[in-house]
Amino acid sequence: MALKGRLEDFDITKLFNLVHLARKTGALTLERDGKKVTLYFKGGKLIYAIKDSEEKGILNLLFRAGKLSREQVREIEARSRLKSDKEKALIAISTGYLSKEDVLECLQRHFLEIVYELFTWQTGAFSFEPDVLPDGDKLTVSIDLANLILEGTRRQKEWEILQEEIPDLDMALKFTENPRTAIRNISLTVDEWRVISYINPQNTIRQIARYNSMSDYQIRKIVYGLLSAGLVELVPPAGAPKAPPPEIPPALQAPPKVSKGLVQRLIDRIKRL
Amino acid sequence: MQAVKIVVTGPFNSGKTQFIRTISEIEVVSTERKITDEFRSIKEQTTVAMDFGRITVDENLVLYLFGTPGQRRFDFMWDILSEGMLGFVVMVDSTSPQTFREARYILDIFRRYAKVPYVVAANKQDLPDAWSPEDLRIALRLNSNVKVIPCVATNKESVKRVLLELLYLVLEILEEG
Repeated sequence: MALKGRLEDFDITKLFNLVHLARKTGALTLERDGKKVTLYFKGGKLIYAIKDSEEKGILNLLFRAGKLSREQVREIEARSRLKSDKEKALIAISTGYLSKEDVLECLQRHFLEIVYELFTWQTGAFSFEPDVLPDGDKLTVSIDLANLILEGTRRQKEWEILQEEIPDLDMALKFTENPRTAIRNISLTVDEWRVISYINPQNTIRQIARYNSMSDYQIRKIVYGLLSAGLVELVPPAGAPKAPPPEIPPALQAPPKVSKGLVQRLIDRIKRL
Repeated sequence: MQAVKIVVTGPFNSGKTQFIRTISEIEVVSTERKITDEFRSIKEQTTVAMDFGRITVDENLVLYLFGTPGQRRFDFMWDILSEGMLGFVVMVDSTSPQTFREARYILDIFRRYAKVPYVVAANKQDLPDAWSPEDLRIALRLNSNVKVIPCVATNKESVKRVLLELLYLVLEILEEG
């Protein structure tokens, strides 16, 4: 019988704890705002993850991770008849392009990214179907949940901070006019450069994330780093309709009408104190 | 008699009450209460509604200083206190980097309440671990045109300087028309 519920009542940490401690085998599906993630567990360990029914494909993951070149991907695709990830990975390994460890590490990183994002889900529905496993042609890993829960919880806290710092992904970015640090003198990661290359008041942060296939968490983290370094600043996107003024009672919107003479009297008085 | 108001805001334990107490000519009307939550270890009492100080300029003009409660659960008071203010001071405890994010949040909220001049007071500059005003500017992501003034809220001259900087700013804006 499926375990069903809502994350509002039983959060992701508790769910993982349950799977971990009860050494469960089966598929956990989580859904929120049209997004769907399915995680597969065997004996309490994470073995496979899929987001929005989107199979990234092992070759695509290896290419994005820089483990395979575009030509190598094309060659393996041409040689593979069954088109299963398992077969493609075996061809890649047997041709000596990479090792089995490279494949597993890449898959593991991909699955973990899917899982860590779930720690930012405060709401949504979940359902656990016992004894359901991924198809036999899928490449699986074995990830211990204890460390995953610890890291996820840490990210959850980080996420809360990032959300406060960058509450609106529909804002754009622009380079600061007088950056505190010259951009040439700092070391940026590949992902940071990918974001930098799209910085333009016409691109919202959400669009930049989409172009770069980054999650909300990833883009927020990078933008937060760039903001903290004083390299960029948040601006309303160019061409966007002006935001309606905040709903503030009229009495609060304008400063009191005072004369220069009155302010000068205040200054004189404070100086004499 | 005309009355004008300056609001002194900032995170919990940033020194707002002390700031007003140092300059006010009357005993500060404070509504401090015993703290009942996790902040107890930092401070025995905190402001739950407001502090209220006064400086009489002459028989026709009086300046009131209002301190806001520092804990976010009392933030419903902020817009009430900010009504009709001439400007505001954001107090920051320069020795407490864990409160800088809260200070930035408060600053953003007050800027939304009213487009009035403000200054940031980098308080507790007499303590050994105090961040310099320039470091605070970076930490709070403040533009170079925002005045960050070193402050020791127990020192009258220091408090006067903060208020004067704010009033100079008000005057400057009035002169610009």
